[in-house]
Amino acid sequence: MSSENALLEEYAQREYEHGFVTDIEADSIPAGLNEDVVRLISEKKNEPEWLLEWRLKAYRHWLTLEEPNWHNVKFPPIDYQASVYYSAPKQKPKLNSLDEVDPKLLETYEKLGIPLEEQKVLANVAVDAVFDSVSIVTTFRETLEKHGVIFCPFSEAVHEHPELVKKYLGSVVPHSDNFYASLNSAVFSDGSFCYIPKGVRCPMELSTYFRINAQNTGQFERTLIVAEEGSYVSYLEGCTAPKRDENQLHAAVVELVAMDDAQIKYSTVQNWYPGDSEGKGGIYNFVTKRGACRGANSKISWTQVETGSAITWKYPSVILQGDNSVGEFYSVAVTANHQQADTGTKMIHIGENTKSTIISKGISAGVGQNSYRGEVKIMKNATNARNFSQCDSLLIGDRCGAHTFPYIEVRNTTGKVEHEASTSKVGEDQIYYLRQRGLSTEDAVNMIVNGFCKEVYDVLPMEFAVEARKLLNVSLEGSVG
Amino acid sequence: MLEIKNLHARSEDTEILKGINLSVAAGEVHAIMGPNGSGKSTLAHVLAGREDYEITEGEVTYDGKDLLDMEIEERAAEGVFLAYQYPVEISGVSNKYFLKAAINSIRKHNDQPVISRSDFVSMLKEKLALLGMDKSMMDRSVNEGFSGGEKKRNEILQMAMLEPKLAVLDETDSGLDIDALKIVSEGVNALRSPERAIIVVTHYQRLLDYIVPDKVHVLAGGKIVRSGDKSLALELEDKGYSFLNEGSEAVAAS
Ligand SMILES: Nc1ncnc2c1ncn2[C@@H]1O[C@H](COP(=O)(O)OP(=O)(O)O)[C@@H](O)[C@H]1O
Ligand SMILES: [Mg+2]
Repeated sequence: MSSENALLEEYAQREYEHGFVTDIEADSIPAGLNEDVVRLISEKKNEPEWLLEWRLKAYRHWLTLEEPNWHNVKFPPIDYQASVYYSAPKQKPKLNSLDEVDPKLLETYEKLGIPLEEQKVLANVAVDAVFDSVSIVTTFRETLEKHGVIFCPFSEAVHEHPELVKKYLGSVVPHSDNFYASLNSAVFSDGSFCYIPKGVRCPMELSTYFRINAQNTGQFERTLIVAEEGSYVSYLEGCTAPKRDENQLHAAVVELVAMDDAQIKYSTVQNWYPGDSEGKGGIYNFVTKRGACRGANSKISWTQVETGSAITWKYPSVILQGDNSVGEFYSVAVTANHQQADTGTKMIHIGENTKSTIISKGISAGVGQNSYRGEVKIMKNATNARNFSQCDSLLIGDRCGAHTFPYIEVRNTTGKVEHEASTSKVGEDQIYYLRQRGLSTEDAVNMIVNGFCKEVYDVLPMEFAVEARKLLNVSLEGSVG
Repeated sequence: MLEIKNLHARSEDTEILKGINLSVAAGEVHAIMGPNGSGKSTLAHVLAGREDYEITEGEVTYDGKDLLDMEIEERAAEGVFLAYQYPVEISGVSNKYFLKAAINSIRKHNDQPVISRSDFVSMLKEKLALLGMDKSMMDRSVNEGFSGGEKKRNEILQMAMLEPKLAVLDETDSGLDIDALKIVSEGVNALRSPERAIIVVTHYQRLLDYIVPDKVHVLAGGKIVRSGDKSLALELEDKGYSFLNEGSEAVAAS
C-alpha cells in the first residue's frame, strides 16, 4: 500500500523536461499596461491604423470588465501592471531563411524536439515557431504557397493579406467577448494565420509551436484559421515554457472559420510549465478558442491534451451555424501536484441537423483539481440537432478532486442531448493485477492512465499521440512497443 | 518447488490463515478444496503477494528463495502466476497490448530480449486455438464486457502465454458451463509439465474429473485439515464439508 502510494505520488510529481531558459538578448518594453503600451506594440509591428483602432477599442472595453469568478479555480489577484506585454529576441523580425535565425533559437527548438531545418522536420508538418511575442520562422512556406495555402505569422498576414485579416479578425471571438479575450485583443503580439482556399486539401499538417522564454512576460498570441468551401486542414499546436518561480500569464485567442463542406481539425498538446511540487510558479493558461461552422456540412474538431500549466481555463467551442455541420471536442486534461483546470467546451447548435460530440477525460493526481465545464445549447431553429457528451474522471490517489458542470439548454423539441459521466479511481486491485502479470507499479499506472485516454488518443494525429503518451508517462523506460 | 511452513496471515484484526503447511513439488498438481470463507483465496493472494494481508508467522520458500520477501512483480517474473477468482477490468488497454507488455516485463527482469512480433503473433495464435478463443477478443479491452466464463478463459490464456513455473488457479471453474470447463481443463492439462507446479483451488470436485490432481487438501477455518489423493475429493462430494468437524480431529490424531 505505502509503496504504491509513494509511486503514485512520484507519478504525480513527474519532472518538467522543458524548463530550461534560452539566454538571448531581448527587445522588451517596460512592464505595465496603458493606452501607450497598446500603441507601442502596434507601432513596433508597424500596423495599419485600423488595427490600432481595434486594439484600442478592445483595451477600453477591457477596462470596464472584471476578471471572471465563476470558475472552479483559485489564484491570488493578478497584477496586470507587473507584466511585460512585449518581448522579442533581438534580431531582424522578418526572416526568409533559416540562415538568418539566431543559432541559439534553433538550438532551443531542437532541444524541444522541434527541429526547424526543413530537411530534419517530421516529413509532413509545417511549423510556425513563436518565441515569446514574435514568430521567428515558418517552415515549408513555399510548398504550401504552391497549393495556395497561406501559413504565416499573424503580424505578417496583417501586411500581406489585410483584406482577409480585416474580414475575419474578431468575427468568431469579438474584441468584447470576455476579460481575457479583450486583453488579448488589446495587446496580442503574434501567432499564426492560415488560409486554405476553396477546394484545397492542405498537403501537410500545419503546426505552431509556442515557447515562452522571457521572464515576467505574458504571451498573447492570436491564431486565425479560415477554411474556404470544400477545403481541409489539420492544425497542431504545442507549447512549453521555462521553470520559473513566478506565475506567467498566457492569454491566447484562437478563431476558426469553416465554410461549406470545409473541415478543420485542431489538435493541441499543451505542456506549459505547471509549477513545482509545492505549487510555486507555472503558467496561467487563460485561453479563448472558438470555431464557427459557418457553412453547410462543415466540421470543426478540437482535440486537446492538457498536461501543463498551473491553471488552465479554456473552453474550445463550436458554433454550429451551417445546416448539417458537425462539432467535436476530445479532451484529456491532467492536473497533478497543485495544478488546477477548469476546462470543457460549448456547442451551440443553430443550424438544422447539426451534430456535436464531447468526449472529456479528466485525470487528477496529487492535490490537483480538475473541472469539466460544458455547455450544450440547442437553439429554436436547430431542428433535429444531436449532442452526445461523455465526461470521465480518473483519480490517482485520494487527495485530488474531479468536478463536472454540464449546462444543457434545449429550445427545440426535436433536439436530442445525451450526457454520460463517470468517476473512477486508479484501483489498487488494477495495479495489483498488472503487477501480478509482471509490470512495475509505474508501468501499471501508465497503462491504466493511457487506457483511460484511449478514445482521445485515437483521434490525435500520430506524432501527437506519441508525444501525448510520452507526456503522460513517468518515463519511457519499461514501456513496451 | 513450493514449501509453506506454519503460515499465519491476517487482515486488519482477523486472522484468516492459521498455520498452513503445504509442500508442492515441480510436476505436481495439487487441489485445494474447502467451504466458502475458509481462506482459499487468501492463501492464493498471499502467495501472489497482495499487500492487504499481514504475515504474522511462518515462511514460504519458492525455488529456494524466500517468497514473502519478494515484490509482487518480482514473484511474477520469477514464474508465479495467479489466475484470479475475480479478474480485473482495464479500460482502453487491449488484451494483446497487455499480454505483450507482461511478457516483455518478465523477459526484461530475466535479462532476455523483447519478444519479436512474429513470435508473439504465432504464440498467441496457438494458445487462442488451445483455449477455443476468437482472436477478435485480443483487440478488446482487458476483461471489459467479458462474461464470467470469458474472463476465466482469458486468465488461462494469460497463463499459457506467460508460461509460469508455479500457477495458482483460484476457482477457475466457477462461471464455466460444462463445455467451457472441458476446454479450459484441456488447456490447463496441456500446461502440465515436469518443470511446472499447479495449485487448483476449487469448491467443487467436478473440475477434478478433468484436471486430475496428484494430491487433494481440504482447507477449513484457515488450516489444512485433511490431505489425501484424488479419492478425498470424491469423499467430500459424497459427504459434504460437514464431516470436516470429525475430520479435523482425525487429522490431529493421525
Ligand atoms: N482483505 C480482506 N479483508 C478482510 N477480510 C478478508 C479479506 N480477505 C478475506 N477476508 C475474509 O477472510 C475469510 C476467508 O476469505 P477467502 O480467502 O476469500 O475464502 P475462500 O476463498 O476460501 O472463500 C473470509 O471470512 C473473508 O471475509
Ligand atoms: Mg475464494
